[in-house]
Amino acid sequence: MDEFVQSLVRGLGTGSIYSLLALGFVIIYKSTQVISFAQPAFMLAGAVLVSYLAPATGFFGAVALAAVVIAFLALGVERTVLRPMVGKPVFVVAIITIGVDVVVRVVTNAFIGLDVRQVGDPWGLNTVPLLGVDVQERYLVMFATTAVVTAALFAFFRYSRVGLAMRAVSYDQEVALAQGISVGSVFALSWALAGGLAALAGVFVATGAGVDQQLWIVALKALPAIILGGLESLGGAVIGGLAVGVIESLFGTYQGDVAPWLGPNFALVAPYALMLLVLLVRPYGLFGKREVERL
Amino acid sequence: MRGRPELYTSYAQDMAFLNTRPKRVSTGALLVVALLLPFMITDDLLQLLATGYVAAIGAIGLNIVTGYAGQVSLGHAFFLAIGAYTGAALSGDPDGRVIGFGVTSLPVWVLASGLVAALAGVIVAPLAVRLRGLYLAIVTLGLVFLGDHVFREWTELTGGPGVGRPAAVPELLGVRLDKDGAFLTGAQKLYLVMFVLLVIFGVLARNLVRSRVGRAFAAVRDRDLAASVIGVDLTKYKVLAFAISSFYAGVAGALLFVPNGFFDPGSFSLLLSVQYIAMVLIGGAGTISGAIMGALFITLLPRITRELPAVLPFISGDATGTFTVFQLEAVLYGVLLIVFLIVEPRGLFGIWVRVRNYWRTWPFSY
Repeated sequence: MDEFVQSLVRGLGTGSIYSLLALGFVIIYKSTQVISFAQPAFMLAGAVLVSYLAPATGFFGAVALAAVVIAFLALGVERTVLRPMVGKPVFVVAIITIGVDVVVRVVTNAFIGLDVRQVGDPWGLNTVPLLGVDVQERYLVMFATTAVVTAALFAFFRYSRVGLAMRAVSYDQEVALAQGISVGSVFALSWALAGGLAALAGVFVATGAGVDQQLWIVALKALPAIILGGLESLGGAVIGGLAVGVIESLFGTYQGDVAPWLGPNFALVAPYALMLLVLLVRPYGLFGKREVERL
Repeated sequence: MRGRPELYTSYAQDMAFLNTRPKRVSTGALLVVALLLPFMITDDLLQLLATGYVAAIGAIGLNIVTGYAGQVSLGHAFFLAIGAYTGAALSGDPDGRVIGFGVTSLPVWVLASGLVAALAGVIVAPLAVRLRGLYLAIVTLGLVFLGDHVFREWTELTGGPGVGRPAAVPELLGVRLDKDGAFLTGAQKLYLVMFVLLVIFGVLARNLVRSRVGRAFAAVRDRDLAASVIGVDLTKYKVLAFAISSFYAGVAGALLFVPNGFFDPGSFSLLLSVQYIAMVLIGGAGTISGAIMGALFITLLPRITRELPAVLPFISGDATGTFTVFQLEAVLYGVLLIVFLIVEPRGLFGIWVRVRNYWRTWPFSY
């Protein structure tokens, strides 16, 4: 039972990281109909930036600063590289974001070097008792932060003027333009939001083990999450992210005993296997919108 | 019609394999140059070119499914891996450390690798029938991760990560192609074999895409709903596109590591898929010659960047400096992808078409 609670908490903790990343993917997708493969690079850049800033400004100041800087970086990328491609096939734009990812990541890697950098978080691997079971503090912090951020985002989209504009653009770009909404700034804002979320996620990934050059792989786990939840659904992204985290963690704990023939480390690819299964049954994910086609 | 080579009087003439005289002449000249190259340049360069030709076969395959049939696949590395392991296992040493069956005849294991990979393609294809666009891209990306896991864990076949296994053994009519012989060195023989294979598969692909099947692919790519309304069987052609593409990938995978003689499961990561996407897009999506140009360009790119430190002293040639050639190389993939897609979406092929059209009417601009 202890083991189960521990893996559940670990799953929800890492799952909240995937949720943050998945929210970024979905925000960009909803406004521009493109999946941005540049998210892993922004996540890595955010974590590295915090590892440099933390000694000077303290951990929390560094996180806030890094989220803002990465948001502006993402905004700049959107403005210079993605804006000329508006109206081009989405596949081409997606491939461009792969190019952006490679460039940003190589530059970031130069700042990491070969050793592991610490982000200087106050939690480390400390544990606290929860329901009589020792669980790591950082997972609880991740979960709580993600809950707050998600609630703030939903309130933003639901009640603010800009959030309304973003929803309008995702519904119909031309009509939104006709209502006087600047579609271009909505694109830029959604990239900035996604960049900030990615930076925050990057910091969380780096708590405990630190930042190395392989950190970016984690961000790709958000892809099964958004596919599970459905590309158009913000709520789906959060639920998908948590589901992916929990499944990965439970597989990590129990698969060795239940199904050893799958090989060790199967937990790392379990989300992709789950994604394939779900898509065979529901091709638009759990909460995705079924596309209506007209000729 | 004598003296008017560009006047077509029938559809067949227009669709002919090499429809103009300049095309016939330049293709012939290219063939002759490529066949003479092994006797003019050094062995290490030949080896690189041979790898480039194999990559071109793989890129043609990806181009068939992505460039012609419009089904975005980030899973090409998976099919390359299946081909590589089928070829290596079939031709491997039966008494060796890893699985081997000792069938060393090159045509046999090349075809077998292609067929096994094609089978994998047919198994994956139903996903493509149900999914569209970016959903498909992410699912095929998941395939790469799942394949990577299987190949890492199945050490009897692959030798395990970091250890690897010997690549397929190339033997044709009892002659080992990778060992120096009486007349030709190993590199020269491999180069010639790879070149002949590239020509064969290139011609096959070119013929496929100008046939009924190719037109069906283009219809599916441009608007699959419209295609199905005019009677194109979507399921059939999507499965067919994946099968053919995977066949090419399997063939390329089996041959890819022959010049090096060794490979490990870490080779088939997402990066390999992205490289093939880069080949197709930088070369020019939806053209066979573009895929070949792109593949050669991407394969030769590391070689070119290695030469740069001599010209630009601020780039460091070893792995220690602040700005190394390895970083430059990695950045160049990204930058080239971005620049080509924004500035010249038709890729190297598009540049060639513009150059050709300029000189065709030179000195007039029309």
